[in-house]
Amino acid sequence: MTPLSRRQMAWRVAQDVADGAYVNLGIGMPTLVSDYLPEGREIVVHSENGILGMGGAPKPGEEDKDLVNAGKGLTTLVPGGAFFHHNDAFVMIRGGHLDLSIMGAFEVSETGDLANWTTEDPSFSPGVGGAMDLAVGAREVRALMEHTTKDGTPRIRKRCGYPLTAPRCVKRIYTNLAVLDITADGVVVRELVDGLDLPELQALTEPKLTLANDWRRLIAPAL
Amino acid sequence: MIDKCVASLAEAVSGIADGMTLLCSGFGTVGEPVELIEAVVAQGARDLTIVSNNAGTGERGIAMLIREGRVRKVICSYPRSSDPHVFEALYQAGKIELELVPQGTLSERIRAAGAGIGGFYTRVSAGTKLGETKESRELDGALHVLERPIKADVALLKGDRADRWGNVVYRKSARNFNPVMAMAGRLSIIQVREIVALGTLDPEMIHTPGIFIDRVVVA
Repeated sequence: MTPLSRRQMAWRVAQDVADGAYVNLGIGMPTLVSDYLPEGREIVVHSENGILGMGGAPKPGEEDKDLVNAGKGLTTLVPGGAFFHHNDAFVMIRGGHLDLSIMGAFEVSETGDLANWTTEDPSFSPGVGGAMDLAVGAREVRALMEHTTKDGTPRIRKRCGYPLTAPRCVKRIYTNLAVLDITADGVVVRELVDGLDLPELQALTEPKLTLANDWRRLIAPAL
Repeated sequence: MIDKCVASLAEAVSGIADGMTLLCSGFGTVGEPVELIEAVVAQGARDLTIVSNNAGTGERGIAMLIREGRVRKVICSYPRSSDPHVFEALYQAGKIELELVPQGTLSERIRAAGAGIGGFYTRVSAGTKLGETKESRELDGALHVLERPIKADVALLKGDRADRWGNVVYRKSARNFNPVMAMAGRLSIIQVREIVALGTLDPEMIHTPGIFIDRVVVA
């Protein structure tokens, strides 16, 4: 069994972003998704600091210190892109105008509760940023995370142990081992990486899993 | 005649008193009015509450004001921006207060103050630790929390170009919190790269109309 790399996970997420979608990519691994958006689809990337139509990192010589992404790294604007102020950026988020928010996570519960803003580690101050706004406001929230912690503890839980970002918001989870949907009937496995079977995945997951009838192998290109 | 232009940073920040609440624009250092904030350091006001997205970057701007011990409380969404060591040291020592607010709620609470709205209900933070002490009610089948405006004495802002009436144009993502904070400050002060003659800025393209701005200074 070969788990996906971080780049392969980002690639897998990108395959599901539809032509015409307005999408916000969270800080960290979700930012990588923009590198793998399929050719031929027009996808408008939103940034919470007032950008629609965000492009990739600038080429040498094209850097502009007034043009940054949500992680405060330098970025670019695609033709057709727009700048606007913070309140409008969050009207887009909170008013249900974004089709999709892809967010990193510490934990997701079997009912789609998301925990991704604090582990309550007292060695640094807590920060929430735009996470709660995105989790509540986007029309669809998909989480991207390693299937377990480094010591093998499941991140898909019956109930989240860490403080919630928002209850019942995640519809789909992409991990390094599987693609899973949160449904009214529980957590349904849509895809499994090569060499992994359901009992093995179940052993790494707290809530009971069901295998979809039309489940597939998750095969990512070498990246 | 209306002329909101002032000759110096010191004149721009005159009248800021101890204990005031200051809105400071910026997303990290982008759009942060670093020179105006450092003029407040020189001016001497203390016991301040700073409302900003972050809690200072490196040693300059908001970080300098915090390092100099002038800030009692920070209201922000994300204190740990790039290089937050000044804030972190004081926070770990229990010497500075933090009110953590989701970013869109922060922006909307500032807007509410500028728009004369007494409060609003939002689903954001309902059912979470940040919402647990707030008044809540179910609306349209979903739990909402009541959020109150953030009223501030002063807004410190950064624009690209302005005229003497206080009309402002920003540049790219440096616009961020500037327009909403301009509306909310009882005294809104903006530093700009350039002051241009009245009538030069395209009226179709003005981002902040001059009614929201009280003082303009070049920095």
